[in-house]
Amino acid sequence: MKYEACIGLETHVMQKTRTKMFCGCKHEYGAAPNTNVCPVCLGYPGALPVFNAKAIELCCKAGLLLGCKINPHSKWDRKNYFYPDMSKNYQITQADQPLCLGGQIVTEVNGELKTFTLERIHQEENAAKNTHAASGSLIDYNRAGTALMEIVSTPCMHSADDAFAYIQALKLIMEYGGISDCDLEKGHMRSDVNVSVRPVGQEKLGAKVEIKNMNSPSFIVEAIKYEIERQIEVIENGGKVVQETRGYDSDRGETFSQRTKEDAHDYRYFPEPDLLPVEISAAQIAQWKSELPELPVQRRERYVKELGLPDYDAKVLTAEKSTSDFFDAACKKTKQYKLVSNYMMGKVASLVTEKSIRVVESKLTPDALAQVADLVSGGTIGSSAANELIEILFTAGGDPKAVVEAKGMAQVNDDSALEKWAEEAIAGNTKAVADYKAGNPASINSLMGYVMKQSKGKANPPAVIAMLKKKLDA
Amino acid sequence: MADSTHMDVSYIAHLARIHLTDGETKLFQGQLDQVLTYVEQLGELDVSNVEPTAHAMALVNVLRDDTPRASLDHDAVIANAPAARDGQILVPKILE
Repeated sequence: MKYEACIGLETHVMQKTRTKMFCGCKHEYGAAPNTNVCPVCLGYPGALPVFNAKAIELCCKAGLLLGCKINPHSKWDRKNYFYPDMSKNYQITQADQPLCLGGQIVTEVNGELKTFTLERIHQEENAAKNTHAASGSLIDYNRAGTALMEIVSTPCMHSADDAFAYIQALKLIMEYGGISDCDLEKGHMRSDVNVSVRPVGQEKLGAKVEIKNMNSPSFIVEAIKYEIERQIEVIENGGKVVQETRGYDSDRGETFSQRTKEDAHDYRYFPEPDLLPVEISAAQIAQWKSELPELPVQRRERYVKELGLPDYDAKVLTAEKSTSDFFDAACKKTKQYKLVSNYMMGKVASLVTEKSIRVVESKLTPDALAQVADLVSGGTIGSSAANELIEILFTAGGDPKAVVEAKGMAQVNDDSALEKWAEEAIAGNTKAVADYKAGNPASINSLMGYVMKQSKGKANPPAVIAMLKKKLDA
Repeated sequence: MADSTHMDVSYIAHLARIHLTDGETKLFQGQLDQVLTYVEQLGELDVSNVEPTAHAMALVNVLRDDTPRASLDHDAVIANAPAARDGQILVPKILE
């Protein structure tokens, strides 16, 4: 029998706010444990939560970027559970009236354009960080109560590749939209993955397994592949897939059954009495819409249409926001867009890989790269010198023109120097000269090679060719 | 409606991680059922024309700016915890 997998993702995204969701404690990564805490986020009795306006704005803007309908009236609820990472013994979340409804992500999967539909986005709060030691567990409440959005897809994906493309596209939109930094190592983006399989043609979904709390897209891919195979095997062997929560063990590349925290997830949701509803007017939505930044798809289109770049360049350059921002900044300083693009995808990209840092963390500035492009297009330096120059600017910084001067990188355009080398080349290579005169234009290359060698690579190739031709054809 | 006037006390106690003796379970079962029966009187009202609400106040959009303010003193926070280690709050070992 043939089977089809149905995959849905619940992706938690930590928003880029300065303070927490319901209190004015700072939201910062790496602070000393339990220093950004107060009666609200520690769940002291009587402390009252108040919405962070910026978080509501970012959640709605995320919704607008993803084509959601913004709910004119939303409310918050308590999700009750007993676990030390949530000291109130409930999480404030949204059950039946979330901020954003519907929406979709359109993205390419193996060259095919696919639309993945969303169910909703709701605004909730993050839990504290637990560290497990032999004698007990340690809790740091700095993360407790920070703003967390949950983006819920429908079970619209059918393969690990679909899920991977969905996560990558979602991450890019969140980054470009200024909603979240999506730093996976800081846990800014984590997904719960629901996987079920059913015989092809069957409408009803199979029993679903939830794999909790994964941040690495490659682990998500591995976990989904494993889980699809496992479930098909269970069914093929005459068994039944049990609806359950499973963890993923990345060392073994397997999912494993987890004991559930709560019987049948009985969270006993009820309306949060401490928070009033939020209403969002059409005027507010229009205002937010007008503030939305350019998305990767739009930027890619602009690179092709306005900068005249090939679609391949546009795709590569927009794959990461900071790289694309760097390219944009450089293109404000020069008109040599294609040259800048070539250096971004060539020398700069290889330095980024080699040094394991992002271009924005290097000493290279967009302005300096623009100047390199201008120096090349103006004939001041050749392409090998340009690569050398970029490496110096990347690792040590500096003013491109000053570096060219100091290192003697400028090309030789000076006619008298070129003339001397050309004459030497002609005098010392009688065979090549004879071949050229006999009608073999390619033999000029060996003369050219001689000049380049003599000039230590600094002669300007087009000027050398012109000089040689002038001498030979005279 | 049997359900709305009866609550399974031992199940609720389990969810809340409260250990009750049989005597306590029986006592609270009776008391809670009484409370629920009392509240059930609200069912006599016709509310078909009333919008459901979770709040008595007709207020919306109570928001604050995203401006940091001082947090609690770390030592005071730790002093309130039953146990602590390395600036963190120590609890009995928990399962992820």
